[in-house]
Amino acid sequence: MFYKRREEYNEVIIPYQGEGITVRPQELAGMGGNEAVAYAAKQANVDVVAAYPITPQTIMVERFSEYVANGEVDTEFVCVESEHSAMSACVGASVTGARVMTSTASQGLALMHEVLYVASSLRCPIVMMVANRALSAPINIHGDHSDMMGSRDCGWIQIYVENPQEAYDWTLQALKIAEDPEISLPASVNLDGFTVSHAMEDLNLLSDGQVKEFLPPRKPVFKVEPENPNTVGAFAMPDYYYEVKRLQEEAMRKVPEVLVKVTKEYEKTSQRKYGIIETFDMDDAETAILSMGSTAGTVRSVVRQLREKGRKVGAVKLWLYRPFPSEELTSAICDLKALAVIDRAMSFGAPYGPLCSDVASILQDCESKPKIFNAMCGLGGRDISSDDIRIMFDEADQIARTGVVRDRIKFVGVRE
Amino acid sequence: MVALRELSTEELYAPGHRLCAGCGPSISMRMMTKAFRGPTVITNATGCVEVSTTIYPYTAWRVPWVHSLFENTAATASGLEAAYKVLQRKGYRKTKVDIIAVGGDGGTFDIGIQALSGALERGHDFVYVCYDNEAYMNTGIQRSGATPTGAATTTSPAGKVIPGKQERKKNLAAICAAHDIEYVATASIGFPGDYIDKMKRAIEVEGPAVVHVFAPCPLGWRSNPADSIKLAKLGVQTCMFPLYEIINGKYKLTMKIGKPIPVSEYMKLQGRFRHLFKPEFQSRIEMIQQQVNNDWNRLLERCGEKTQATTG
Repeated sequence: MFYKRREEYNEVIIPYQGEGITVRPQELAGMGGNEAVAYAAKQANVDVVAAYPITPQTIMVERFSEYVANGEVDTEFVCVESEHSAMSACVGASVTGARVMTSTASQGLALMHEVLYVASSLRCPIVMMVANRALSAPINIHGDHSDMMGSRDCGWIQIYVENPQEAYDWTLQALKIAEDPEISLPASVNLDGFTVSHAMEDLNLLSDGQVKEFLPPRKPVFKVEPENPNTVGAFAMPDYYYEVKRLQEEAMRKVPEVLVKVTKEYEKTSQRKYGIIETFDMDDAETAILSMGSTAGTVRSVVRQLREKGRKVGAVKLWLYRPFPSEELTSAICDLKALAVIDRAMSFGAPYGPLCSDVASILQDCESKPKIFNAMCGLGGRDISSDDIRIMFDEADQIARTGVVRDRIKFVGVRE
Repeated sequence: MVALRELSTEELYAPGHRLCAGCGPSISMRMMTKAFRGPTVITNATGCVEVSTTIYPYTAWRVPWVHSLFENTAATASGLEAAYKVLQRKGYRKTKVDIIAVGGDGGTFDIGIQALSGALERGHDFVYVCYDNEAYMNTGIQRSGATPTGAATTTSPAGKVIPGKQERKKNLAAICAAHDIEYVATASIGFPGDYIDKMKRAIEVEGPAVVHVFAPCPLGWRSNPADSIKLAKLGVQTCMFPLYEIINGKYKLTMKIGKPIPVSEYMKLQGRFRHLFKPEFQSRIEMIQQQVNNDWNRLLERCGEKTQATTG
């Protein structure tokens, strides 16, 4: 149970004996998710940040601009005229071997869409914070996952975080994973709009020295430099294009292994343990809910309440959404009787929402297949209450008892 | 003006690319590289030059070259410039890198104008080179904001009622100069010395600079490939594509045309204007001549030159 162990860490901050250094107890600071990412970017000594403001990501850009204006970082901040140019400038900067970050949300991510593919195909390890927000129309500034799901197949590593602490920790870890020479792929760190991007929490921060040690300057696999002329982004016809894509997929498949290595290293420094997925009370669970992002906290809280009443329920949270953690997930869910999969994005006309579609596609790897249903909720920032989560567990229990799935997609918390 | 014999014999733009015979843009690229002064990186918009010079696993570029997309070349250049600047500041690089962004007229006048405007406003130290062959030639000769009035393209065809493109060509140099940048110039591959001089000046500028170079396309203009240089000269001599600089907002004519050649002399060599020579559309040529006269006189005024009563 990762979460319990992490709680223990938080209670007792143990001075950690690293390689030749003694780390003092970590600094505590009140920060929102946006600020946490900006602070991580500052500590990571990012070379170039190119970004454009959009709610609910603006605070990240504002804080970072302040660091630049006050001379606290040595970063080139390119305050571009659109998200399309933000990602384009990031690609231009990244191919030189520089460490590059950006952030966006919603329409901004949609505007970047075609450039996201260039970033992954040119193997640019850019790290981007996405403050997940609903897509227009109707225009709405609040959280759901429709923005990143719209770019689901863009070849980026995709990480979803639950709270500002995770946003900070994963930003640092994402840089290291993305820049690993075996990977060299861009990564998005997804924060639920407002719920995580604006939530103020006490954060445990690493010292600048710890970050410097964990995250040394980027060592690029290749770089564009006048001394060694090369052509980047050449025209590939049917005789070569397919191989490029195949290689990209190979790199993507190496991510879980590198991610585990990086999280272990990070644990040594931070005393906070991360991984591919997080399970909670799953050992003897008969029904469970799978979620990503901030909803996971609500789910755990309901699991605790239901466990007190003797119900065998559990929770699974994905940190890593792309590449999809098929193996880790099947080992967590195969023995369940029923599973509710929460989606915060629609895939109109599809059998399920995006996350549930992925889960459905790996069930063939389970010997005893659990029944699944898709719990659609939280669109456009609609609150996901404990009652909503209880409704999902009740539905899952009913399915476990009867073996009948009444609705593939259950729309929870909507006016019908 | 730089003499041909003074130019470097080193070919940074190698032969063996797959552009057409008589391709103006190709000539413009080779001449452009002759102006380079040191470590240089090129970023290129999608277009004829991009697709025909880098068909994997071959490349015609002996300088580092980056292609990302169609409309984002100026933004890519912004990122490259920012990165080299910070890498130098942090001690990872010793020498400065000159950034050259290359786009065709479609990638510059139309789809890329926002990114270009943003990059000019931010003041990145780079040179934007627009090779202008006056239509989307790579996709099969469709009209762009740079296509001149009257020209037939596949999306502004010479119809029975509408004879070619009816709208005017955008004034790219004025748009760029409106960003209050230090240097904007027009050039033509018909006058290589003038073009290379302007490229050199543009590279010297600390900040953004734009060179708009006229580059005939035999395929799209339906002209004889052997006439490309002739047409590049005629474009200037008819005052359809005058050569000038805008230095800190001040216009300076770099090629005086005492007696402009009538536009019909230029147009009759090109199939894209053929329909205008039909009796029912001949008045259009006069209209275009009048338009060119007016534009030329307005430019002369801006350059502080005496206006000319009539031309053509």
